[in-house]
Amino acid sequence: MSQSNRISGGQIDRSKTFRFTFDGHTYTGHPGDTLASALLANGVRLMGRSFKYHRPRGPISAGSEEPNALVHLRSGARQEPNTRATVAELFDGLEATSQNAWPSLKLDAMAINDRLNSFFTAGFYYKTFMWPAAFWEKVYEPIIRRAAGLGALSKEEDPDEYDKGFLHCDLLVIGAGPAGLMAALTAGRAGARVVLADEDFRMGGRLNAETHEVGGQAGADWAAGVVAELAAMSNVRLMTRTTIVGAFDHGIYSAVERVSDHLAVPMAGKPRQTLWRIYSKRAILAGGATERPIAFENNDRPGIMLAGALRAYANRWGVAAGDRVAVFTNNDDGLRTAKDLQAKGVDVAAVIDSREGGDLLPGIRHLQGTQVIDSSGGLGLKSVTVRLANGKTETISCTALGVSGGWNPNVNITSHHRSRPEWREDIAAFVPGTGGPAGLTAAGAANGALSTHGALLTGQAQAIAALTDLGLTAKAANLPKAEDAPIAISPLWYVHEGKGRAWIDQQNDVTVKDVKLAHKENFTSVEHLKRYTTLGMATDQGKTGNVLGIAVMAELTGQSIPATGTTIYRPPYTPVAMGTLAGRSRGKEFKPFRLTPSHKWAAEQGAIFVEVGNWLRTQWVPKPGETTWRESVDREVLATRRLVGICDVTTLGKIDIQGTDAGAFLDKVYANTFSTLAVGKCRYGLMLREDGMVFDDGTTARMGEHEFVMTTTTANAVTVFRHLEYCRQCLWPDMDVQIISTTEAWAQFSVAGPNARKLLQKIVDQDISDAAFPYMGAGNITVQGLRGRLFRISFSGELAYEIAVPTRYGDAMIRKLMEAGAEFDAIVYGTEALGVMRIEKGHVAGGELNGQSTALNMGLGKMVSKKKDSIGMVLSQREGMNQPDGYRLVGVKPVDPKATISAGSHFMEIGAPVELASDGGWLTSKVYSPHLGSDIALGYLKAGDQKIGRRMRAVNFLTKTDTEVEIVSPHFFDPEGERLRG
Amino acid sequence: MRYSGFRVIAEALTGHKGWKPVWRDPAPQAEYDYIIVGGGGHGLATAYYLAKEFKQARIAVLEKGYLGGGNVGRNTTIIRSNYLLDGNEPFYEFSLKLWEGLEQDFNYNAMVSQRGIINLIHTDAQRDAFTRRGNGMILNGADAELLNRDQVRAMYPFLNFDNARFPIKGALMQRRGGTVRHDAVAWGYARGADMRGVDLIQNCEVTGMRIENGRIRGVETSRGFIGAKKVGVAVAGSSSKVMAHAGMRLPIESHVLQAFVSEGLKPFIAGVMTFGAGHFYVSQSDKGGLVFGGDIDGYNSYAQRGNLPVIEDVAEGGMALMPAIGRARLLRTWGGIMDMSMDGSPIIDKTHVEGLYFNGGWCYGGFKATPASGWCFAHLLAKDEPHKTATAYRFDRFLKGLMIDEKGQGAQPNLH
Amino acid sequence: MIINHPILGPRDAQEFVYLGDANLINRPDGMTAGIEVFHDYLYNRDNPAGEHRELWYHEQGDRSWLVVTRNTVTHEILKVEMARDVAKAQGRSK
Repeated sequence: MSQSNRISGGQIDRSKTFRFTFDGHTYTGHPGDTLASALLANGVRLMGRSFKYHRPRGPISAGSEEPNALVHLRSGARQEPNTRATVAELFDGLEATSQNAWPSLKLDAMAINDRLNSFFTAGFYYKTFMWPAAFWEKVYEPIIRRAAGLGALSKEEDPDEYDKGFLHCDLLVIGAGPAGLMAALTAGRAGARVVLADEDFRMGGRLNAETHEVGGQAGADWAAGVVAELAAMSNVRLMTRTTIVGAFDHGIYSAVERVSDHLAVPMAGKPRQTLWRIYSKRAILAGGATERPIAFENNDRPGIMLAGALRAYANRWGVAAGDRVAVFTNNDDGLRTAKDLQAKGVDVAAVIDSREGGDLLPGIRHLQGTQVIDSSGGLGLKSVTVRLANGKTETISCTALGVSGGWNPNVNITSHHRSRPEWREDIAAFVPGTGGPAGLTAAGAANGALSTHGALLTGQAQAIAALTDLGLTAKAANLPKAEDAPIAISPLWYVHEGKGRAWIDQQNDVTVKDVKLAHKENFTSVEHLKRYTTLGMATDQGKTGNVLGIAVMAELTGQSIPATGTTIYRPPYTPVAMGTLAGRSRGKEFKPFRLTPSHKWAAEQGAIFVEVGNWLRTQWVPKPGETTWRESVDREVLATRRLVGICDVTTLGKIDIQGTDAGAFLDKVYANTFSTLAVGKCRYGLMLREDGMVFDDGTTARMGEHEFVMTTTTANAVTVFRHLEYCRQCLWPDMDVQIISTTEAWAQFSVAGPNARKLLQKIVDQDISDAAFPYMGAGNITVQGLRGRLFRISFSGELAYEIAVPTRYGDAMIRKLMEAGAEFDAIVYGTEALGVMRIEKGHVAGGELNGQSTALNMGLGKMVSKKKDSIGMVLSQREGMNQPDGYRLVGVKPVDPKATISAGSHFMEIGAPVELASDGGWLTSKVYSPHLGSDIALGYLKAGDQKIGRRMRAVNFLTKTDTEVEIVSPHFFDPEGERLRG
Repeated sequence: MRYSGFRVIAEALTGHKGWKPVWRDPAPQAEYDYIIVGGGGHGLATAYYLAKEFKQARIAVLEKGYLGGGNVGRNTTIIRSNYLLDGNEPFYEFSLKLWEGLEQDFNYNAMVSQRGIINLIHTDAQRDAFTRRGNGMILNGADAELLNRDQVRAMYPFLNFDNARFPIKGALMQRRGGTVRHDAVAWGYARGADMRGVDLIQNCEVTGMRIENGRIRGVETSRGFIGAKKVGVAVAGSSSKVMAHAGMRLPIESHVLQAFVSEGLKPFIAGVMTFGAGHFYVSQSDKGGLVFGGDIDGYNSYAQRGNLPVIEDVAEGGMALMPAIGRARLLRTWGGIMDMSMDGSPIIDKTHVEGLYFNGGWCYGGFKATPASGWCFAHLLAKDEPHKTATAYRFDRFLKGLMIDEKGQGAQPNLH
Repeated sequence: MIINHPILGPRDAQEFVYLGDANLINRPDGMTAGIEVFHDYLYNRDNPAGEHRELWYHEQGDRSWLVVTRNTVTHEILKVEMARDVAKAQGRSK
């Protein structure tokens, strides 16, 4: 099809032709077109269907406020639902399809809803579909869900990349129309660091859509000249295709730059979009204004659009939205549309002006005191019916109608901090209120200065004010001459005539009738109106409909518009792709990986890794021939206990604590005492939170009189360190104690098993015999000359050491250990074997250290010293935490060794009814012990300390298992600890 | 006026002339037997059950703004009873059972939709913890199932199973969990209470409390003094401000929680999903919007709006879980003020002032609790003793060391 | 949000970890104060709508604990101090 509606002029590049498809039909357009302008040029008005009634719809706007012309853009995994055709830039090969219509856009079966509209009033669903109760999920809701929604996702992974970035500036200017350009120019010339962002792909704002002159040249040319001057300034950053979407605290704004949306696919290495976090000292909102419609019966047909949009399509894109156009207006700005289209040679049927009196437009049929009362045309406008001043009606044939109900300043971002806009009677519109984001002012149409001169003037003035505020000097240049027409508006919100529906919120199908019903049912507060009718809840956030809806409600309640209130806009200004907000944090890059020093070596061995927080740890290392993880883990456990095993324990938190008060400090933060610890010795420490619950545990060594090394659990490494800093700086600021986290500084390996000492002695330069380095010994050593640390501590219950070397030697160390251990058949064991051995020994870990347990629960109650003040000591004494029948840590094993038990099972007495009252506690952690030849577990059992030796049941409803178990001491293996002292 | 399909049809055929106001706008009387401060979900439910189940009495609800304007109108609409601890689970299960009969009870379609909720499992330790929880739920009369990876994949094949930083290993599922149309809950309770004679008084802010000899006499409001024999406060988010009128400091901080909705999309996600490896939970509304959320912003706030880092954090969680939502667009964000309590669990209790009762500390779990909270608070107000499912929700649990700390985070509200 | 660190200048709040009311500095002495005093210290809050003195920790920075005076309604930050200085000024020592 040729571009039958293409007329002369416009900012499109006619030297190039793009081919694109909509619903499978091929059309042509030009660079500079949007999808909407190109479709209109091709005579296509029908672009979508409404949400509820599935009414046929075309674009009503030429910008981001568009409620109707929503399409699927692109296809396959790049299918992008709900894309506004009015802002989608045309590119060669663009593919778009209609959405929310079946079987086709022209013949949509769901349009039956339109016929049934008298049943589908606002909130009808709250009053029915209640019987029978089970029918909601089974019958009614599935039907509603299938019918609802707009566009569809592909359900495939988004193939494009997204980026994030930071920008800093003195002044952020939001919008590059006349006000924004003037503000940026003023600030840029003054040397301020300026960011000027505009959502459009061409700067200039309405100047591109108007025929006004600025400074004696076409407005668009003046804008281009200013942009060129700004582009030459190194202190100014110009950002087109960049929408400021949110205002946050302290001058921070979020912006979305559509880097590649105007291309078929992003260029190699480029993201689709970038989320910018703009840190500004001051900001000026120069976001212009949005025209609003006048509601009348059947005001939603394709071809009926905002008058300013009709004008924009003609002036900027060289498109006549219809071959015969009319204008319906209540203000002078609407008249411009008629004048501009006539000047372009378009047949202007009439101007229907609701106002009485005033000058008549020359050469155009200008009907004053007249209103449009209905329209006709199934899939597109054919005619409008008007009520003339003399009371008669007349039908005027036209294929496009421009409607102007006045302009609403785009106050959106000023209300992101919940500041309410204020009503200005003279322009019949809301302007930014007080209490908006600190540092943000508004200029131009966004602040109610609706003339070009007003925009230039206020843009300059606000820039000077902002810079003065920052201590910078900006000069007021002579403003270029521009139109300064007054706002001649006589408010008309909706045409009172007619029994049909007059649309307010076109996407959500909210009509004047719905507002009337809401009023009748006493949903009169603006918030109730919005929520009950869904006014303003569509993808356009009510940019064209909200004020109209409020005005209708004001009329019904007999209150003024400001007394009726306004809803405030919320971020984002326009909808933002989830991919953009996520940036590169997706897939494997969702969170950073922390790798242990032995990772490379372990990977070479074919180790299986497991996520432990952000760490990847070796879970087990399978040997050839092993077919199940249990085989590998059992082998690792048995080999460690029989010979020697090595485990990378670098992930444990390590904190160096030094100073003359280090011992006293540890006495404060640990429940047990450390100041008495001998130099060269370690002690197990139990740390409480101030509420008396166990926070963390670990071994802390005294390396010198004023020097300790603390270890924490892997999970709490960061929070313990933070807590120690809090204690040191906030609670006991005069203590001479310095701390530093050395978790990343030391590669640390556990070497455990009967041959541990023999192995280590081969590489440690000092004597580490039992006499020289007894159980719980600690000291600085050297490993073949390399400085290191050695701790004789054991989590496995074996003769064991933890040896630490600077992290950069970690890889060499694991290789050295394995080399030295070869003669002892040393193996590496992973976290699974570690878990088996710690449960065999009854040591608490994740499942027991759950933040909900006391020292008493863990059988460690006596460790909490009452002889000194320590964090948590006092509140650990509360009665509820010291009940004799409270939970106690116990060991559990199935009576039948072949039976399996599972962590998370609950304890029940044998023969007791399976009910809440019988609930005795739960199994916290479970493993298979190759030494005991059965599952073993730890658990918290009510009065568990009094139930050792009893038989109970471990019940798991989820796996439908009910297993008889024996309650035993948690120390399953070597309870006397003879092995670790060996 | 009773609502029904027949009524909708009859009105449609007669031009919708017969619809009546859903509630009156009465002027406040000089005195009431019961004043409920707060016209949000919990306050309205309290008034409804008080009038319906407990007392023939003069009852008023005082609301500083509009009915349902608090967190009942600003949440992610999820209902569930998948709590871990015995102090909580009976209460939330009671609430879920009330949800199941709510619409027929108050004759308003709140779209209670039990499409199921899953909590994803990423580690063995999580599976152990969820197993403990699921068994506790069943012992408390709720439903729970443990799903393996394949079962989750069959339900939601578009989740990230093959390239995930934290692989999905299964899920704890509660089939009876789901969503409810949040505003309709407020309106249904309000209408039901109004029909039973409760005065719902909007734009009436409580500015003081008249307490004489340790007993409440009434409240000072922006519309004058209103006398009362008993006053129940249910103003979560503003609890500290209101209870300060009675000289109380609470174990509560106010924090902002942001919530999010996407543009309308064709059905994609059937039920509710929570992604524990990130901070993300999501469902899809009947209108088609993805409704989702994550962590609170984390600092004390009364601002009903949040900041960008949490928005990014939530989107990152969403994309990590569902890389197919990259081209879905976030439509709107908003913030609600949460009563973050010191153990993450609520308080429904008497105070040191005779006749003054408190309901708050709901953290960000208050919506699902609405029916039971209303019922239990009405029970406490009427009978002066706690309902059997709410016995743990006392002020003195902190003094006695009987915290109900689901997350095990201790006395730090922003971590619950 | 941006916190103007007394030593490092303006820093993004994302670098910090929030704890809560700066009154947590005033920890009672466990050898003299009992459960009731500790209970009030740890659990009860003024939770003002307005100026709030609160503890932030510069975890991604110099590890200072700061006392930030911030308005909880507007989020405006009025004052930032080193928590150690505040603690000492309030008489805390060892």
